[in-house]
Amino acid sequence: MLEINLYRYNPEKDKFPFMQQYQIKKPEKDIMVLDLLHLIKEEDNSLSFRRSCREGVCGSDGMNINGKNGLACITPLSDVLKGNKLEIRPLPGLPVIRDLVVDMTEFYNQYEKIKPFLQNDSEPPAEERLQSPKDRDKLDGLYECILCACCSTSCPSFWWNPDKFVGPAALLQAYRFLADSRDLEKDSRLEALSDPFSVYRCHGIMNCVAACPKGLNPNKAIGEIKSMLLKGKNSKNLITSDGATK
Amino acid sequence: MTNTISSKNIKTLEFDALIIGGGGSGMRTSLELAKSGLKTAVVSKVFPTRSHTVSAQGGITCAIQSADPNDDWRWHMYDTVKGADFIGDQDAIEYMCSEGPKAVFELEHMGLPFSRFDNGRIYQRPFGGQSKDFGNGGQAARTCAAADRTGHALLHTLYQNNVKEGSNFLNEWFAVDLVKNSMNEVTGVIAFSIESGEVAHLKAQATVLATGGAGRIYASTTNALINTGDGLGMSLRSGFAAQDMEMWQFHPTGIYGAGSLVTEGCRGEGGYLINGDGERFMERYAPNVKDLAGRDVVARSMVLEILEGRGCGEDKDHVFLKLDHLGADVLNSKLPGICELSKTFAHVDPVYHPIPVVPTCHYMMGGTPTNIHGQAFTRRNSEDVIVPGLFAAGEAACVSVHGANRLGGNSLLDLVVFGRAAGMFIEKELRSGGGVNSASDSDIDESLERLNKLNESNGGFDVAPVKKELQTCMQNYFGVFRRGEFMEKGVAELEVIREKVENLHLSDKSIAFNTSRVEALELQNLLEVAEATAISALNRNESRGAHARDDFPERDDDNWLCHSIFDPNDKSLSKRVVNFAPTTMDAFPPKVRVY
Repeated sequence: MLEINLYRYNPEKDKFPFMQQYQIKKPEKDIMVLDLLHLIKEEDNSLSFRRSCREGVCGSDGMNINGKNGLACITPLSDVLKGNKLEIRPLPGLPVIRDLVVDMTEFYNQYEKIKPFLQNDSEPPAEERLQSPKDRDKLDGLYECILCACCSTSCPSFWWNPDKFVGPAALLQAYRFLADSRDLEKDSRLEALSDPFSVYRCHGIMNCVAACPKGLNPNKAIGEIKSMLLKGKNSKNLITSDGATK
Repeated sequence: MTNTISSKNIKTLEFDALIIGGGGSGMRTSLELAKSGLKTAVVSKVFPTRSHTVSAQGGITCAIQSADPNDDWRWHMYDTVKGADFIGDQDAIEYMCSEGPKAVFELEHMGLPFSRFDNGRIYQRPFGGQSKDFGNGGQAARTCAAADRTGHALLHTLYQNNVKEGSNFLNEWFAVDLVKNSMNEVTGVIAFSIESGEVAHLKAQATVLATGGAGRIYASTTNALINTGDGLGMSLRSGFAAQDMEMWQFHPTGIYGAGSLVTEGCRGEGGYLINGDGERFMERYAPNVKDLAGRDVVARSMVLEILEGRGCGEDKDHVFLKLDHLGADVLNSKLPGICELSKTFAHVDPVYHPIPVVPTCHYMMGGTPTNIHGQAFTRRNSEDVIVPGLFAAGEAACVSVHGANRLGGNSLLDLVVFGRAAGMFIEKELRSGGGVNSASDSDIDESLERLNKLNESNGGFDVAPVKKELQTCMQNYFGVFRRGEFMEKGVAELEVIREKVENLHLSDKSIAFNTSRVEALELQNLLEVAEATAISALNRNESRGAHARDDFPERDDDNWLCHSIFDPNDKSLSKRVVNFAPTTMDAFPPKVRVY
């Protein structure tokens, strides 16, 4: 038997959250943590969690599994079971709505704050804007983010200042646009990040890198932003339209 | 939510346009409307980037003349008509293929990170069913791609641009039922916030169903868990027709055991299928294009190999997709997501070993019938009758550009082209004074009945086992190959399942983020879609495209070169003519479909 401890909280009846234990027959083959949650929900349908694609691309089911943030749908039980025990909690640092469901408003606010869209007011050509494969390669490792929040909610700086520190996920996206040869707003993007909190609250703890279920590296992107900011400070005109590479 | 909800005790939120669904088609519609200044809201049961468009992999097919400067949208149109086995509407296919380049370039201008050729233009790869020169010029490469994450890139780009334009989202709100007035006009929906439980009447002059597919009617599907046909369920319950519901695409390459999609782009890049003898069997079934035949053709060939004892593995119940010969460089640069999925769900690294695959339910070609402006229509006395106030786009709609079988890469094109078209039409219509009359309190109360019944249930059936029953029934009787006697059994079983689905027990009546309430309502939508599918499939007595019948193995153009229309009021099937009148060229006449 597996001993599964789940964080439970229903605001309508629970004064405080509590851990509820479920005994589940160990499945014959290795299953994902999400499959396990579905098995539990079949027995106790009061359990709430988010899920959608069940293959690690939609970012719905980020949660804290035996102490580590990850996506339930691509985390095999065999990777996380400690003996026969498993403890699942909601993503840390965000308010809990119910059970494993957190309120992601702060997280999405930070994402919107970095203007997560291409800015290029020049008249577009009749066809596509050209981009060399080399310039396009610079977006790899950045655009693939699925906004699951595993990184930002593993970051102590984000726990302390979720309203002021942009956090690793949104900073990764900030750099995704800074690195895009088609974007023309590098100066204003950097300017918006130059205060003491937005980027500089990152102290390189690197939890984000360990947590990212897509193998992305927000810490590296943050480093790039910091060095772009530094270059900008030393010599404002060094930051050109393709400043990411200078 | 436990007391009876009525028009008296819920609030009304009023909009010009309401879009149900935050996937590709919904967000392309909302983007158009956000720019128009009309008061619009997107109602999405998940945060928009969690929508199923995110899972699309291989690309968006369109004659942008990048891989081939001489490419022609008419060739794309020919391929699509042929792929559809000649029951796609040629005016709609013409519109999609000719408007396509504009829609794709717009996505690029919005920032979509397409892969690139050396000259800086958008990368295009070969996909199944593609040809040059109306089938005479060999294989085309027409599918525009962002590696093998095109859906993710497209959906995020659309969300980002909606943020830019300040679109209004009601995220994690669930639409329960359409509100319909006495004149049969749709005046909005009843919906509730999943987080707070608050129920509201969302009133609008235009309501767009952009709710995607319903692959979860099958036990094995590439579709996300959220693909439960909510829009179609609502429109069927309101008595509006559905079209071509027997046409479900089984994708050749779902990962064996898990169902996750493995893009056709793998075969486009040079991968191929092998059976238990190691034979590249598609050479026998489609000598010209082999593994890049239409998806229906490849899926059937795979099932035949398995049925004839040439499957792979211990139980010989799947085949292999071989990719290792492409080399690590190609796989890592062109198909990185597939490598990841394969390692996670099939426990094989495609750089060294083939991926075990089986045909898996993938796409609903049918849906709410619409014209090219997204206007939904129903059928009365064998005539198309526009439903004022109701629109549909994307997989939820049947416009119909996919007919009996969709070509790979055409779904992303469909949703941007027709999402955009619906937005443009609604803006024009509402600006010129169009709109609908209000609904009465009793109309609103009627649309609250389903939710109230569920909330007040004291006993009845649990959701999970009934859902499994439904999915097993559909999988067993309405799969890749179909036969009348089995389908009759399936239809009878669905009648029994309907009894249960209409008497579900919601044991947890709590308000905040109660996903069991959502799942119960979703199951009721699944049943509507399943029933429409089953009755349509049983009555189309021929084999065409994805609808393959053992007992009627031939295509029957004399009797069935037509759409099927399912009428939910008397559960009957009727026929509707296919459009053979494109505006700028002659129609492609039906011919024998070989690859």
